[in-house]
This record gives sequence, structure tokens and C-alpha cells, in this order.
Amino acid sequence: MTKNLIQGITGNWEIVIGLEVHAQVKSESKLFSGAATAFGAEPNSQVSFICAAMPGMLPVINEECVRQAIRTGLAMGCKINLRSVFDRKNYFYADLPQGYQISQFKDPIVGEGTIIVDLEDGSKKTIGVERLHLEQDAGKSMHDQHPDLTYVDLNRSGVALMEIVSMPDMRSPEEASAYFRKIRSIVRYAGTSDGNMDQGSMRADVNVSVRKVGDPLGTRTETKNVNSLRYVYQVVESEAKRQVALIEDGGTVKQETRLFDVATGTTRPMRSKEDAHDYRYFPDPDLLPLEFSQELVDELKEALPELPDAKHARFTADLNISDYAANVLVSEKENADYFESVLAAFAEKTGKKPSELATACANWVTSELFGALKKLGENISECSILPSHAGELLALIDDGVISGRIAKDVFEFMLSEKKPPAQIVEEKGMKQVSDTGAIEAIIDKILADNEDKVIQYRGGKDKLLGFFVGQVMKQTGGKANPQVVNKLLKPKLKG
Amino acid sequence: MSVDKDTVAKIANLARIDVPEERRESLAGELNNILNWIEQLSEVDTDGVEPMTSVVSQPLFRRADKVTDGGYRDQILANAPTSEHGFFAVPKVLE
Amino acid sequence: MTDLTKLTLSQARSGLDKGDFSAREITQQHLKAIESAKALNAYIVTTEETALAQADNADAMIKAGTAKGMTGIPIGIKDLYCTKGVHSCSASKILKGFKPEYESTVTQNLFDDGAIMLGKTNMDEFAMGSSNETSYYGAVKNPWRVGDKDYVPGGSSGGSVAAVAADIAIATTGTDTGGSIRQPASFTGLVGFKPTYGRCSRWGMIAFSSSLDQAGPVTKTVRDAAIMLESMASYDEKDSTSINVPVPNFEASLKGDIRGVKVGIPKEYYLEGMPVEIEKLWQQGIQWLKEAGAEIVDISLPHTKYALPTYYIVAPAECSSNLARYDGVKYGMRVQGDSLDDMYSKTRAAGFGEEVQRRILIGTYVLSAGYYDAYYLKAQRVRALIAEDFNKAYEICDVILTPTAPSAAFALGDKLDDPLAMYLNDVFTVPASLAGLPGISVPAGLDNNGLPLGLQLLGKAFEEGALLNAAEVLESAAAFTAKAQKWWL
Ligand SMILES: [Mg+2]
Ligand SMILES: [Zn+2]
Repeated sequence: MTKNLIQGITGNWEIVIGLEVHAQVKSESKLFSGAATAFGAEPNSQVSFICAAMPGMLPVINEECVRQAIRTGLAMGCKINLRSVFDRKNYFYADLPQGYQISQFKDPIVGEGTIIVDLEDGSKKTIGVERLHLEQDAGKSMHDQHPDLTYVDLNRSGVALMEIVSMPDMRSPEEASAYFRKIRSIVRYAGTSDGNMDQGSMRADVNVSVRKVGDPLGTRTETKNVNSLRYVYQVVESEAKRQVALIEDGGTVKQETRLFDVATGTTRPMRSKEDAHDYRYFPDPDLLPLEFSQELVDELKEALPELPDAKHARFTADLNISDYAANVLVSEKENADYFESVLAAFAEKTGKKPSELATACANWVTSELFGALKKLGENISECSILPSHAGELLALIDDGVISGRIAKDVFEFMLSEKKPPAQIVEEKGMKQVSDTGAIEAIIDKILADNEDKVIQYRGGKDKLLGFFVGQVMKQTGGKANPQVVNKLLKPKLKG
Repeated sequence: MSVDKDTVAKIANLARIDVPEERRESLAGELNNILNWIEQLSEVDTDGVEPMTSVVSQPLFRRADKVTDGGYRDQILANAPTSEHGFFAVPKVLE
Repeated sequence: MTDLTKLTLSQARSGLDKGDFSAREITQQHLKAIESAKALNAYIVTTEETALAQADNADAMIKAGTAKGMTGIPIGIKDLYCTKGVHSCSASKILKGFKPEYESTVTQNLFDDGAIMLGKTNMDEFAMGSSNETSYYGAVKNPWRVGDKDYVPGGSSGGSVAAVAADIAIATTGTDTGGSIRQPASFTGLVGFKPTYGRCSRWGMIAFSSSLDQAGPVTKTVRDAAIMLESMASYDEKDSTSINVPVPNFEASLKGDIRGVKVGIPKEYYLEGMPVEIEKLWQQGIQWLKEAGAEIVDISLPHTKYALPTYYIVAPAECSSNLARYDGVKYGMRVQGDSLDDMYSKTRAAGFGEEVQRRILIGTYVLSAGYYDAYYLKAQRVRALIAEDFNKAYEICDVILTPTAPSAAFALGDKLDDPLAMYLNDVFTVPASLAGLPGISVPAGLDNNGLPLGLQLLGKAFEEGALLNAAEVLESAAAFTAKAQKWWL
């Protein structure tokens, strides 16, 4: 296990990483007000008097946000706290209109749990989740619109966030980004966040420290608002290197908040002054403790969709799909959903059991379909091929209507002409010929035209079989059923 | 526990209230008077007593997840000391 | 023409009902009286146009037979209530110019019932004070004087009580966090009623201390208080701390009969050095209730002496956070600075008065790292003990009788330089506030200088009806009829 260690001048260093992931709750309206949460609206158009912290305005909690937090907690296998408390976190900032953020400090809605991440070498690692709490998002400050002013848009102010805090269990950039990916996958499966990092609905604060193996924890830095898997990787890598170099140079790591600079791939301290953070948390007197019954939790658990780990297990155990293909399919919920729709259509068309078809289906989806999408630069949700059409195509192969080779051509036409495969096969006459009479006639003609080669074959030159098969395929435009051809050709050649 | 000039400066900064240097000493005195008086609470035996945050004992009302508010930017900005192009505007912040 | 400003709310209601006069007439008379009472500084702004429009609407309601208890009644609204398009600044400089785009639930309830707003009444800045001397708009003068000497009206609802005592409003809204309705009512010979916490919605009330703030009426009589509270109170889904219980017909519980009612007398309210007159009045009150058939019970509220220090941790802590939103960004005043933090600090230093700053600093301190447990958490535990004291007491009594304040009104400026002496004004009112219980101050007598004194009755949570009933019996026994001389005319 030395692969995750950093080789310093003074020896090997271990990296210790913890993540605080902020995921925007999927909801129509905000955590404590009825203003909309939709992305990309005109500035300050989705702001209520509550979101703008007008005098005398009071928060009223959104029931769906509570349910979403419970669902997410259940999806991570965490303890759900039937009683939790909203606290005020007090600090001043331009995009924090109340002068405090309503969050949960001592008593969060969700307690401890664990999640399992998949690493590139095929191994798995368990990472502890410390807690999940609900809180309000702040507004957005724009510093680059005016030479001496910062502009403030409160559209995001009050949007519900789930802050998911990990244990300091990660030891490498890969583990950190794999954890972040897994959290994203879980919330997307659970339908509790859209995990859209470009729109800021998912971001991570990355806590990094280094230590000599076996030493107590070192001083950590917190790099704020990292919004891609690759950036998380880069933050850990660059921050760990910086800290090791700093310590080995006789310096000490300062506990501070840093920002990630995308351009250089490194972090730098935040310039805004960090005067002794003292958030003066206390229970929000405008709210009461949040309490719900175990029945609600059970009900939500019952209704939870299948999650990535369970899906992976089902794909490999019940459908006999390879571990690798299952990983590829499960990693994004849309991929898995697409695959399952294709498989269902495939099974329906052929009348066979899904488990018999799953491997062929998975292979087609992961190689043919994903290859095509990659070429087109599309993702699965933009894909123009309906799962039912894909299932139909696979059924055409399975039923022997077309050969695997012809299927590639049919797929090309499906992409360009957006028609069902059966119609394409019909219109373009691409059906495989399995009619023994027709094939026999063609064989007879070929044998007659190539008497010399027939004699050579009969004289022991077995390799010529390929030539005759090729001739038959050529004459039928590739549509002859190869199995039928083989079956008929061999006895005739033998004479 | 006693508040001195520096503590006054510290909490004034936390509270974002500009307290001029010459006022800190006297303010420390005023705050100490109040804090010393408050300190009589330490006489009270509160072992095992649950802190009371609210006198209300009913379940927290939870509203349905519907868009029922917002969409009135002009009213949101109506009282702002400075606003431009639909934004609130504040002195530039360097991050 | 009769002087309609002298009427009680219930008298005005029946006069309007019978058509003796119109809402417009009673409103006009009040507006005129306000003009001549400027010396009191009871109103920060008056809203003549709104008032007359509301009066016409009230007259139409009366004609249509849809009148309610408050229809056509001209009232003053404490500046702490947000009233749409009208000055609502909690008497603070920092909110200068603020006109909300929304209406508080309590004022909306009153206006829906046909009440008429004469203007916004003066108050201590953000309701922090017991003398109405911390207002950015200047001190309010008590209509009651001794010779030529000016007295404070009490606070923080000082403008609200001065207006009713001076007959420039039939009634007013107040708010009570630690005694801000009851103590000023006692200083001005009026009825001041703080209902159970959660009875009225806090939505649209500019917050001072969220777990304590409660709306209530200031009126000339107990009956008036019953009528007005019924209009103000409602369960409101916009306020998570408003309680989902029906609002009864409070007036119907005024039976004039308290035979068999158990009145608790808490021994801890006998204060060392309490003015003899107050103690005498309290004894007199006990006697009156006994004569009316009540049963007097000695009770103990052992943590009473810790209520004030508890209050002066809880309220400043909450206010330090509630007032963080006044930062010069979204509304109110702004003092330019060379950075965002500089702007905040200068704005808040210039915008908040001395007492408000003092409380914000105390509140910031008691919540800060290292002090939270010793101060804030400790105070919350003691608060629980105080509430428990009342629970136990109410096992053996139905209402509790105490003095409202430890003194009569004091002279303007007398306690301005001594915050602690000022805080002591609320010694009898704060315990019930911490426990969220209803309390009412009833005018009961005059001190040696001829200044009014009140007695306080406390009730069980959400049993305002029983409390009002006892208060009305006390009121009629005391038969307080004295009025302030109208020296300002
Ligand atoms: Mg963080
Ligand atoms: Zn957070």
C-alpha cells in the first residue's frame, strides 16, 4: 500500500482527505419560502420577501426538502434522526441577506453511514459519512460586472442544500474523486438532487492534510466550492504536494480556506479576510424542532428506487453481466435506465428471458451505442435512438432476420433516418436470406462456375471453403444466413 | 469573566459595528456591569435541565412544495440604497 | 358635537352601530386631536388619507351590515408592524425611509375587520427600552404630568400608550417582549394585554427577540382589550411559532363573576425596597378580588429573581442575530465605506442607537465561542425552570396577581444613563414573558404624585378568556376613572 503515498525528501507522506459535498435539493420551491428554484432566471426574479430577509419575514419549511434529505440519508445507509434542529450560523456577507444562514449544527436530520466507492483497479473502498444536514444556499455575488461594485443576485438565496460531510477516510486523489462521483450517483438515483455541477447544484469543499504514516492528523486546509471530479482530483494532488514541500522546507501548514484556480490547477488562500470565524450557532427561534415519525421514514424507504450498488449486484448476479459492463452501465443512472429499457424491449420481442439476452444487450449498449454517442459527442439523454427500437434491432439479430454485420448498417440508418429498424430492413431489403432453396441454387451455380476449385477442395485443400462462402455472400449482398450457407455448402462440396 | 477593550473590539467586529477606539474602554465598563449582574445565574442548579428554546410545543408546520412566491423584482429592490441592472450593488469584494 | 375621542372602543362600536356618528366623523375628530397633541410625540407619522379611505370603507361595512368588532375604530399602529407602503422602521435610524411592500398579519386582520389606521406610533428603537427614550424620533412624553415636569410613558410601546391616554386613538397595537405593553399601560392608566406567545402571528412584525415577541392591544378598558385581541389574533401558517388553536370570542368570557376562582399571590414578588404605595395597592387588589368571591392562594415562583438576568441573555442573543440583516444592502440607510465590511460597520454604527448597540454586543458576546454554554445555554436552562415554576403554580391557582411595575412613571432622563436601573422596570413582567404566558395590566390607582399604577394578572396559556374575566372584575372594583390633564392643548 505505498502507491498512495507521496515520496518526500524526509520519507513517505500520507494524504488525509475529507469532503463536504453540497448538493442542491431537487424541489420546486426554496427551503423556507415559496419562491422558485429554477436555474438561469433573470436576476432577483425568484426572490420572495423572505429570501431577501425583509424585516418581519419568517421561514416556513418545505416538506419535500425534508423528504428529500431523508431519502438521501436512506440511500447512503445513514441513521435518520427523527428529531433535528435548525440553527443560525451567523456571519456577514453581501449575498447572505439575513446575516445568518439557517443550517443544522448540533442535531442534523441525518447521522452516520457508509458508502462504497469503486476504484480503477477494480477494488472497492468504504468511506464513512459523518452526517447530512439541510441548510439554505446563499445568493450570488458578481465581482466582475463593475469596476468598484459587486452585484448581488438573490435567486439562489434560500435554495435548499444538503451538506454531506464525510469522515476523513480518503487517502488519494482518486479516492476523493471516486467518492464525489459516488455521492453524485446516489443522489441522482434517489432523485434527490440533479447533481449538476455546471449549474452549481453540486460542489465540494475539499479538506486536505498530510502526515507521516502513523502520525496524528496534520493541519488541514479547506478548498471551497470545487465543482468537478477532475478538479477534486487536482485540488488533492496539488494541495498535498504543496503541504509536503512546505513542511519539508521547515514551514507549517496554516489552517485556512483556499480557492481552486482552474487555470493553474492549484489552490491559493482566499483573499477576503478570515478574521477568526465565530459563527455563534444557536437554535433558530423562528422555527421549532423538526420531528417526524418512523412510519414516514419507512414509507420513504419503501418507495426508494433501486440504488447503484443494488443495481450492480442484480446485473451481475441475476443477469450474468460482467462486473466491468455492470460498472459502466450503473455509473450513470440514465445509462442503466436506458439499458434496462432496451433489454425489456428485446425480451418482449423475442419472448426469451432477459437473463439469456442481457450479455448481448449490455455488449451492444456499451460498445455499439456508447461508441456512436461518443463519436456524436452526445450523452444518453440526447440519444435519438429509442430503447424500443434498439431492442427491436437486437431482436432482429437474435431471430436471424439480419446478421450482426448487417445490424451495424441498420444502426447507421437508424441514427441518420430515425426510423424503426424493422422498417429500415424492409425498405432497404436488408433481410438475411435463410431460404434454403434460393441459397442452394446460388451454391449450385457457384460450384458449376468453379469446377477447378471444387476439384482442388476435394483433393484436400480445405482452406478453399472460405472462398466458396465468400462467393455466396457476395452473390447475396451479404444477406445470406451464414449458418444456412455452411450447412448446405459442405455436403455439396464433398460431393 | 470580564470584558476588556480588546474583547470589545473583537465582538464589535463580529457584530460589524464600528466602535471607535476612544469608546471601547467605557463600553467595556458598561458591558461588564451587565455581565456581572447576569452572572448571578451561576447560582442556579440546572443539572439535568433541558435548555428551553421555545415555549411552543406543537409540530413544526411543513408547507407543500409549490411555487407560491417571488417574481416581483421591483418590489424586492424598491427599498435598496443602491441597485443596478436588477442587482443589489455593494462596494467591491475581493475574494 | 360630542367629543368622540373620549369614547372607549365598545362605546364607539355601539355608537357606530346605532348610527349616532359615522366612522368618518370619529376618524376626523381623532386626526384633529392628533394635530393638537404633537407635543407628546406619540406618533411618528400620521396617515390621514389612508385613515379617511378606511373610514369610508368602514361606513360602507356598517351600512351593509357586515361590521365586525373593530369596524370604524380609529387606532394607532406601533411602528414595529410592517404596514404596506407606510413608514415601518421600528423607530430606528437604520431603517430610515423603509416602506414595506407587504402588510403584517396582525394589521391585515385588523384592517380586514374594518379598523382605521391613524398613523404609526412611536416606540423605543427596535422595542429595546422601558421609557421610550431610545427612539430615533425622540422621546415620547407621558400625558400624565406632575406639575410641569415631564414623565416617561414607559416602553417600548410608549407612543401607543401615550396616544390612547391622550385620546388621540381609541386603541393601539403594542408589542410585548419583556413587558413592553404592560409596563407602559401601567404608567399611563390603561389596559395593556400581552396574550399567550403564539396567539398572534409575528409575520410582518419587525423582530426584536423572536422567542418572546408578542403582539397585543393597548386599550382604555378590559372589554376593549377583549374585542381588539379577537381581531388581532389568528393562526398563521406563515409563522411557524404561531399556534394552531381556534380564536374564541373573548368578549363572551367577560362574565363579571370570579366566585371560586383561585388567585395566586407569589411571595417572590415582594421586593426589598419596593415602594410602599405599590405594596399597598397590591394588598388592595387582593382584597378586591377576595370580596368578589375569589379564593386567594399563596404560591411560590422560586426562580423569579433569575428571570431578568435570563431575559438579558436570551433577548440580546436573539436580537444580535435578528438585527444582522440591517447592513445597508437591501433597505434602509447606508454609510459608504471603502470595503464591504467597512460599509457594514459604519452603517451599523451610525444606524443603531446606543442601547441597541449595547444589546447587540452583549448578545454577540454571550453566543460567542467559549461563552455560549456559560451564558446562553445556562439562560435557556433557567428559562425552563421559570416556566416550570408557573406550571406548578397553576396546579393550585387559576390566575396570578402581582404589581405590573416596581414604580410609577419616572421623569424623562432619570434612568437614561443607568441601563441596569432601566432593566429593573420589567422585573414583574419578564417572568411570564419567558414562560410565554398571557398577562394583563389593569389601572388600579394613583401614587402620591397622582401618577397611575397598574396591577398585573397572569393567566394560563391560551386561557385568555378566564384572564380577561378576572381582569374585568378587578377593573370594576378599582373603578379607575382618572384622566391625564390635557396640558398640551
Ligand atoms: Mg465547508
Ligand atoms: Zn454548508
